[in-house]
Amino acid sequence: MNKKFFSTRAGIITAGSLIGIIAALLQYFGNPKNMGFCIACFERDIAGGLGLHRADVVQYIRPEIIGIMVGALVISMIKKEFRPRGGSSTVIRFFLGVFAMIGALVFLGCPWRAFIRLAGGDWNAIPGIIGLITGIGIGSYFIKSGYSLGRSHTQSKPAGYIMPGFMLFLFALLIFGFPKLFTSTAGPGSMRAPLLISLAAGLIVGGLAQRSRFCTMGSIRDVILVKDFHLISGIAAFTLAVFVMNMILGQFKAGFEGQPIAHNSHIWNFLGMTLSGFAFVLSGGCPGRQLILSGEGDTDAGVFVLGMITGAAFSHNFAMASSPAGIGQFGMWGTIIGLVFTFVIAVTMTQKRKTA
Amino acid sequence: MKTIDTRGLSCPQPVIMVTREIMAGEKNFEVLVDSEASFENVTRLLESKGYKFTVAEKDDHKAIKAEK
Repeated sequence: MNKKFFSTRAGIITAGSLIGIIAALLQYFGNPKNMGFCIACFERDIAGGLGLHRADVVQYIRPEIIGIMVGALVISMIKKEFRPRGGSSTVIRFFLGVFAMIGALVFLGCPWRAFIRLAGGDWNAIPGIIGLITGIGIGSYFIKSGYSLGRSHTQSKPAGYIMPGFMLFLFALLIFGFPKLFTSTAGPGSMRAPLLISLAAGLIVGGLAQRSRFCTMGSIRDVILVKDFHLISGIAAFTLAVFVMNMILGQFKAGFEGQPIAHNSHIWNFLGMTLSGFAFVLSGGCPGRQLILSGEGDTDAGVFVLGMITGAAFSHNFAMASSPAGIGQFGMWGTIIGLVFTFVIAVTMTQKRKTA
Repeated sequence: MKTIDTRGLSCPQPVIMVTREIMAGEKNFEVLVDSEASFENVTRLLESKGYKFTVAEKDDHKAIKAEK
C-alpha cells in the first residue's frame, strides 16, 4: 500500500467507511443505540466514571476513548509524526472545550454521533447538523477575517506523553477494577461492548483517523472556507457505512419520536450544536480529532479534551445536560452563556490582517 | 522569493495564508510547514491550483518551494 494512501481521496473514503462499520458493530456488540462512537458522550461517561459528576446512568471509563488516543500515539510514533507541541492560547482552548461539551450535551452527541444518529434514522439529528454547519460557518467567517489562537511551539517529550499516559492509567484502573470508580448499572453507561472489543475498536479507529486526518468539523469548514471536498467525502462515506450496516444489522429506525438517547426539541438541538460547532472551529478540531491530536503530542488539544471532560461535569452537576425527556433545567442558560463566550473569543482573537 | 511561515499554526490557517498569496498572483514562493496534516493540505491546494513544487526536509519542518 502506498505510504500516503490515506491522504488521498480513496484513502479518506476507505478510512471513513471503516470507522462507520466499526461504529455500527460496536452498537451490535452492546454500545448504546446510535452511539457506536460518541466522543462527547464517552468523555462524559469518563467524567462520570471518575465521579466528577454523579449522574449514575452515565458513568463508565470508556475504552474507546483510551484506544483512539493511544492508537494515534502508536501510529504517529511509527510514522515519525509524534511531536510534542503546545502553548497556543491554552486556557482559551480549555474553556472552548468546556462550552463545546455543554453544547454537545444539550444536543446529546458530538458531530460523530450526529451523523451516526442520522444514519440510524433519528431525524432529530437534522436540526443538530444544521446547527453544526451554522456554528462552523460563523467560526469560518472569523477565521477568514484573521482569527487565530497564535502559534504553538515545540515542547519537551514528557509533555507529549502526559495525555496518552493519563489514558493508559485510566485503562489500568479499569482492568484492575479499582473499587472507587463509578460504574453505571442502568442506563446508557451500563450499555457497553465487551472491554477488549471496545479497546480494539478505539485503537483501529485512532490509527485510521490519525493517518487520514478524519475530522467532522474540518470537513464542513473546508467546504465553506476553501471549497475543499476532501474530508467531507470521508464523512459521507462514514455516514453511508453506518447506514448500510444498520440496515444489515436491523438497527435502522426512522422518525422523530422515541429515538434512543435523543429528544425532539428542535431549537435546542440546533442551538446546542451551533455552540459546539462554533467552539470546535475556533479550537481547530471536532472532539475526535482533538483526541487524535492529543495522541500526536499536541498538548493544546489535550487541554481541550480536559476542558470537555470538565464541561461534562458542569453539564450534569448543574442540570444543563439534556435527556430523552427534553433539555435540562439550565440547558438554555449553558447554551446562551457558551454562545456569548465563544463569540467574545472569536471577536477578540481576530486581528486585522496586516497589509503585507 | 516570498516565504510564508506557517510553523506552529494549525489548519486551516496555513491553507488560508497560501490561498491569499495565490489570489494575490504570486507565482514563486516558499511555504514552511511543521505538521504533516498541514503539509498534506498545502500541497493538495498547490496541486489543485496548478503549481509545481519541491520539498526540502529541514530539522523540524518542511520547506515547500512552489512555482507556476
